[in-house]
Amino acid sequence: MKTGNSFVCPIPIRQYPQVLLAHGGGGTLTHQLIEKMFLPAFGNPLLGARHDGAVFDPPEGRMAFTTDSYVVRPLFFPGGDIGTLAVNGTVNDLAMCGARPLYLSAGFIIEEGLPMDTLWRVVRSMKRAADDAGVQIVTGDTKVVDRGKGDGIFINTAGVGAVPPGRAISPSAVREGDRILLSGDIGRHGIAIMAVREGLEFETTITSDCAPLAGIVESLCEAGIDIHCMRDLTRGGLASTLVEIAEATALQCEIEEVSVPIREEVRAACEILGFDPLYVANEGRFAAFVPAEQAERAVDLMRRHPLGAGAAVIGTVKAGSPGLATLRSLIGATRVIDMLSGEQLPRIC
Amino acid sequence: MKHIDEYRDGTAARACAEAIGRITTGPWTIMEVCGGQTHSIVKFGIDELLPPAVTLVHGPGCPVCVTALEYVEKAIEIASVPGVCFCSFGDMLRVPGISRDLLSVKAAGGDVRIVYSPLDALRLAAAHPDREVVFFAVGFETTAPAVAMAAYQAVRQGVRNFSMLVSHVRVPPAMEAVLSSPGNRVQGFLAAGHVCAVMGTSEYGPIASRYHIPIVVTGFEPVDILQGLYMCLRQLEQGRAEVENQYSRSVRPEGNPAARKLMGEIFRVVPRKWRGIGEIARSGLGLREEYASLDAETRFGVAHRTTEEPPECRSGLVLQGILKPRECPEFGTRCTPEHPLGATMVSSEGACAAYYHYRRRRS
Repeated sequence: MKTGNSFVCPIPIRQYPQVLLAHGGGGTLTHQLIEKMFLPAFGNPLLGARHDGAVFDPPEGRMAFTTDSYVVRPLFFPGGDIGTLAVNGTVNDLAMCGARPLYLSAGFIIEEGLPMDTLWRVVRSMKRAADDAGVQIVTGDTKVVDRGKGDGIFINTAGVGAVPPGRAISPSAVREGDRILLSGDIGRHGIAIMAVREGLEFETTITSDCAPLAGIVESLCEAGIDIHCMRDLTRGGLASTLVEIAEATALQCEIEEVSVPIREEVRAACEILGFDPLYVANEGRFAAFVPAEQAERAVDLMRRHPLGAGAAVIGTVKAGSPGLATLRSLIGATRVIDMLSGEQLPRIC
Repeated sequence: MKHIDEYRDGTAARACAEAIGRITTGPWTIMEVCGGQTHSIVKFGIDELLPPAVTLVHGPGCPVCVTALEYVEKAIEIASVPGVCFCSFGDMLRVPGISRDLLSVKAAGGDVRIVYSPLDALRLAAAHPDREVVFFAVGFETTAPAVAMAAYQAVRQGVRNFSMLVSHVRVPPAMEAVLSSPGNRVQGFLAAGHVCAVMGTSEYGPIASRYHIPIVVTGFEPVDILQGLYMCLRQLEQGRAEVENQYSRSVRPEGNPAARKLMGEIFRVVPRKWRGIGEIARSGLGLREEYASLDAETRFGVAHRTTEEPPECRSGLVLQGILKPRECPEFGTRCTPEHPLGATMVSSEGACAAYYHYRRRRS
């Protein structure tokens, strides 16, 4: 029976409409969940070997290894869901190391009572995202916690990728004079989540930018762009990335406010809520530090990729104020960009 | 974005700044009243475009910053009562009480929620008749109309499990308090545009003439603020002291009559304590007798609780324009957004927060 691509949950509702504690207990129900849902959905030889872990040959060059845990409310939002996040987030961390993502693990912590159909939707999303990113989910784990002890479902993914010989992408490679590139408009993921969570309605639906970045990164590397460093912009937004790089390199990262692409609807939402879009989360955007002479070509290449249509040069690495991220404001004054302390909270008026 | 982009235009801003340079002989000290204006000034670097003869000092118009410690403590006490769902604007949650803030009440299991409108809190109350829903009604004349509407609707709809902890404040008495303070150095005001969008401009004429001080009702974007400063400086240079309106796209002389009428039905003018400053006569809005049943202070028996302000936070001086954030010895050392001594360091409109985030590491 081919269930991997079916829209129908392989575990019939009349049997188990909801996840039970026993689905994580290691017995028959766990076995059924693996056999009927995970194996066919993620289907690949390494997972199919049913071993305690995936066993594979190391790729040529060095390897990158990363992990991240995903908790999001609501589980489904415009432009993605917790499944796409769990795959793309880890794929992107690998891509930022210059690695070609190969394999992922998937650990599910499910709250008792989660509709089986919800789990199936998440699993299908993960499969689709994995296919899009060219990775395989080769090992996993499932635990079920008592009702009220989780938020529907939490997912942890870890990933390994191959870093081709000769690539050395890290903050230590950043040099004075490097240009700072941004792969597209910022703030969409955070605002999309916020809008659904808080029931805010705008004229157009703001969709998350959640996407796998390995492809666009690869297109830059293959074209011979000497990327010194990259960071995907996640929680904390562009601002936190710039501060991190400035601190790690003891150089100054200066951006031009006017160059940072932000969609009209995201700007409007931020204005209403009192948020600074520089701090709003993204899930499909990255900043790249490249030599000045390659900046224009790199932006050109990015723009030719579907995920980089809005790419722009937004700033320059300087030596003037070591360890500081700064911004030239719209009116030409310079200010410091700081890390966020705590969460952004909606303002009063 | 229409109505925003043209007021953030770099060329227009520089032209305004040059015009200011041409008319200013100075020296002059001008206070922007509203915390939203303070943040625009520091965030966009508006003060850097001004001639050295112009000094900007930051005013008392941050609703979070001026809410008395006493009310923060009352909020924390009420929010900790089992069965209470305590609703607040997000900004208030990080404001330090004596030993903790509302976020820590939430972390300890209290039902503390962020709402965007007092009407959302009322809806929660209607949906959860088993819970006591309390709304923390703070802010200036800008937020008061929505709170008045929630009170009006609560009584109309007979929602009995809804109440409000009211600590509303009024701008004009605070401006007078600044001008009467012995250390006052303010020679001109940029009045808060959105407060005037509700209240109109008539309250400011008497202040302008009594203290012989120009007052320019001003918006919040860089070009607004620079235009407001230009108008204020032109008056100072010409020796005039009038009320002018830079923010005419939002502010009419009569304000918003419907909002004012509703506020008048629900609220009465009361004396109010301001954090760091103390009590200012006629500076607050409290519930009228007819709406006293909605008063959370009475419902939860906290009305007579008083709290002394700790002396180490000098935010009162900052809020009156006497001390600049960086002149405070605790700034950035004992007082940071992670460990604030006062509300000006944590509010999104607080002057100390603005300097900490945007200017901290510059000499």
